[in-house]
Amino acid sequence: MPNPAITLSHISKVYANGTIALTDFSLDIGEGQFVSLVGPSGCGKSTVLRMIAGLGKMSAGNIDWKPEQRKLAFVFQDAALMPWATVQDNVRLPLKLAGTSKQIANSAVAEAIALVNLQGFEKAYPRELSGGMKMRVSIARALVTQPEVLLMDEPFGALDDMTRSKLNGDVLDLWLQKQWTVVFVTHNIYEAVYLSSRVIVMASRPGRVVADVAIAAPYPRTEDFRSSSLYNDCCRKISHALAAASTDNSPV
Amino acid sequence: MNNRSKRFSMLRGSIRQILSPDLLAPLLVGILMLGVWEAGVRISGIPPYLLPGPVLVLQTLITDWGELFPSLLITLQITIVAFIAAVASGLLVAILFTQSKWIERSLFPYAVILQTTPIVAIAPLIIIWVRQAVPGEGSTFVSLVICAWIVAFFPILSNTVLGLNSADHNLLNLFQLYRSSRWQTLLYLRLPSALPYILGGLRISGGLALIGAVVAEFVAGTGGTQSGIAYQILISSFNLQIPRMFAALLMTTVLGVAIFAGLTLLSDILLKNWHESAVKQEN
Repeated sequence: MPNPAITLSHISKVYANGTIALTDFSLDIGEGQFVSLVGPSGCGKSTVLRMIAGLGKMSAGNIDWKPEQRKLAFVFQDAALMPWATVQDNVRLPLKLAGTSKQIANSAVAEAIALVNLQGFEKAYPRELSGGMKMRVSIARALVTQPEVLLMDEPFGALDDMTRSKLNGDVLDLWLQKQWTVVFVTHNIYEAVYLSSRVIVMASRPGRVVADVAIAAPYPRTEDFRSSSLYNDCCRKISHALAAASTDNSPV
Repeated sequence: MNNRSKRFSMLRGSIRQILSPDLLAPLLVGILMLGVWEAGVRISGIPPYLLPGPVLVLQTLITDWGELFPSLLITLQITIVAFIAAVASGLLVAILFTQSKWIERSLFPYAVILQTTPIVAIAPLIIIWVRQAVPGEGSTFVSLVICAWIVAFFPILSNTVLGLNSADHNLLNLFQLYRSSRWQTLLYLRLPSALPYILGGLRISGGLALIGAVVAEFVAGTGGTQSGIAYQILISSFNLQIPRMFAALLMTTVLGVAIFAGLTLLSDILLKNWHESAVKQEN
């Protein structure tokens, strides 16, 4: 296992309305790993991501970073674009908030837009774009600050299968190129196995880890990987873990 | 396409717009109603001091234009000053409210009280108070502006508060993640998110400012050189100059419609690129 980049120790989260999202949750995320969190809705996988991002306080536990002060970027499920701003202004936002000079920002924005293949749409508004393109803008906005850690909260959940596969491939290419540490939340087992070097299976009430599956296939992974026996074994292992976790407690 | 044919197609476009059912249908209904009204008045022989026909109203409007129009301008002036004051104060107070839940909780009920107090009832009081504070010529103007402001203030306040609190939750998180300052979040996220709501508030308040000004003028009832259109309506009814009263009323209504149309246009221009209310969709 690579050096740990993010260490979550004994994290609990109780929301103000009394919902217990996580109890005693611990996880080591290695430098440069692509880690996916899968689990049924309500298992606290998005909460883990939010805690890592520093959005909202933990009720207990702590998170260690190595080195401290990593550059984070977050990609939300529904793209979360500003509808009143053009593609380039949306991508520029993090730089604008950081007070980056216009010239540096301009070239960074152009570069990020090129990385997600949206050249020609710089002046378009979000409502003129398809769901997949909106997601690309959202990814470009995350790239523009040159992050080291990328947190993605079910980014492709609302997309059709074809667009999802295409974006999966693109994200993997970018990951190989940029060497990020990625934490990826999804409820789609196949997507998790295809992308990840490691899949964490979670169960709900209370949110906890039930399995930690390493996906030993080498990168770069092609579409052929999706029909390999390793891929199928991993998918089966994860769905068994999920099924076992959901039978021992809680009504569905 | 050369210039002439472009102009020609634009002309054709605007002709088509005028001939569109959206405009033609209400226009026809209006003309029909006016025709029935005129015919009814003529046939039944109702005296003009009870109900003047539209033709007589139009004639009066033309002959009395020299007296009525300056009065309308005074009312318009009161309306505009009160409207601008309402927009500025409404936005500022709304921004203040969203900075702290405690400020909002402790002050919002008083804003509601301001809204629900009937302006007719407190206008005399305001006029008396302002006369104490601002003696002389400007006194009436100031008190009328205050009355119109009271009526126009609340829709802007409540719509802006609603709008500022409607910013997308994920975007708020994103701003938080990039360590945006309070000021940046307000400027780049909350205010743009609130814009459609604010513009909705403006459309309501524009008309209300006019109504507030007219109502306050009725109560003030002052004559002299600085009297607005409501004073003309009042005096005309005292003197049984009913056609003149109708003419003044017509002018006030047209002004109200013009204010609404102007603010709708502003809203469409500001939102045309992104908001559903202003985007032309073809399905």
